[in-house]
Amino acid sequence: MASNKETFGKTLIFVFIVCLVCAALVSISAVGLKPLQTANRLLDQQTKILEAAGLLEQAGKDIKGTYGKYVEAKMIDLDSGEFVEGNTDMFDERRDSRDMTKSSKPKNDIAGINRRADNAVIYLIKDDSGKITTIVLPIIGSGLWDLMSGFVGLAPDLNTVRSVIYSELKETPGLGAEVLNPNWKALWPGKKMFDEQNNIAIKLVKGGAKAGDVNGVDGLSGATLTSNGVENTLHFWLGEEGYGPFITKFRTQLRDGGM
Amino acid sequence: MASEAKKVLTAPIVDNNPIALQVLGICSALAVTSSMANAMVMTIAVVMVTAFSNLFISIIRNQIPSSVRIIVQMAIIASLVIVVDQVLKAFSYQLSKELSVYIGLIITNCIVMGRAEAFAMKEKPGVSFLDGIGNGLGYGFILITVAFFRELLGFGTFFGIEVLPLVQNGGWYQGNGLLVLPFSSFFIIGLVIWAIRQAKPDQVEKD
Repeated sequence: MASNKETFGKTLIFVFIVCLVCAALVSISAVGLKPLQTANRLLDQQTKILEAAGLLEQAGKDIKGTYGKYVEAKMIDLDSGEFVEGNTDMFDERRDSRDMTKSSKPKNDIAGINRRADNAVIYLIKDDSGKITTIVLPIIGSGLWDLMSGFVGLAPDLNTVRSVIYSELKETPGLGAEVLNPNWKALWPGKKMFDEQNNIAIKLVKGGAKAGDVNGVDGLSGATLTSNGVENTLHFWLGEEGYGPFITKFRTQLRDGGM
Repeated sequence: MASEAKKVLTAPIVDNNPIALQVLGICSALAVTSSMANAMVMTIAVVMVTAFSNLFISIIRNQIPSSVRIIVQMAIIASLVIVVDQVLKAFSYQLSKELSVYIGLIITNCIVMGRAEAFAMKEKPGVSFLDGIGNGLGYGFILITVAFFRELLGFGTFFGIEVLPLVQNGGWYQGNGLLVLPFSSFFIIGLVIWAIRQAKPDQVEKD
């Protein structure tokens, strides 16, 4: 008995059966759990967008309902700044940025993203009367260890900050990962991204911003490289190779309340 | 029989701990111990994988041709790890995001493979299953001990609940920056091993 299980044919058959069973097990779990996983990812993204819009508290448990009621996702072409048609639900910035036909290499890649997708999905947050109150722009850029992605919430003047919310990062806990600290996030509302000459002026100040400095936010202590990453990411995405064209085109219109 | 089963189940927790005595599975013990919640989920995941890989390998132990036994063990373990990863992504998305790659790396955790080769290939399915649970718990015991100190002294929290209010949140406690970083686990694991060997001198290696 012990000797005849070692033959070449028996070994092959045995390995084949094991592979078949294992493959079936993995496929069943992957396919069966897919809908739940997709729903989780979507819920996570919607939660972050609502947080960036300042609606998370109001939403409470009803993320989906609140999102559906107040948030409108729109696709834009980054180079022209114009709205374009596109399936906003299926859009994946990282996937597009790897596709040579749907992305380009930025000339001045200060955010360290290597390639930038041609399109972006932005989120218009409306109040009960349908007036746009906040514009949420996705951002992505290098921190110390890896890319960090998140959202910036701006008032309709596309200058006053409502929030800077990171959703995915691999920064050092206790140092760079303090971008998630509620106290640090609370420093952002009311700050201005641009100065009076309309240059991008937002900066993270090592050692703490001066009181009354509308363009300065305290840097993260012990995490200078992450702080630089955040600053560079914001400068890139607000600049000409980011949302710059969109901001120039729609600022007046948005400020006057129309869209 | 009952006492033997109990011994198989409980011995790996202190008497024959896979991390403290056999010094297996150290790498993931460094990475996932920054918070109690992470350590807890990792423990459950490893218990599941070791228990079921031991069970399945033990069931087919008499059929496995010895020339391919490591590959067969690997295939079973890898499949189980993928299933655990998928389940976690479906039911606990936040934690799976934090644990990310370390769940996948259970495949390379020497404890799983070690128990499959050393125990499940020789013993009956029932007792192998218990051995898997026991070793998973032994691994988890160290993980949770390390996570307890790292989270409490590093972040001032216990399961995310504030115990020692941090200076940066307006409290009095200055978080220990060393314990926030993964390699600090070496110190804590070292201290745990010392404590266990102090209590049980027969674990001390002879010169």
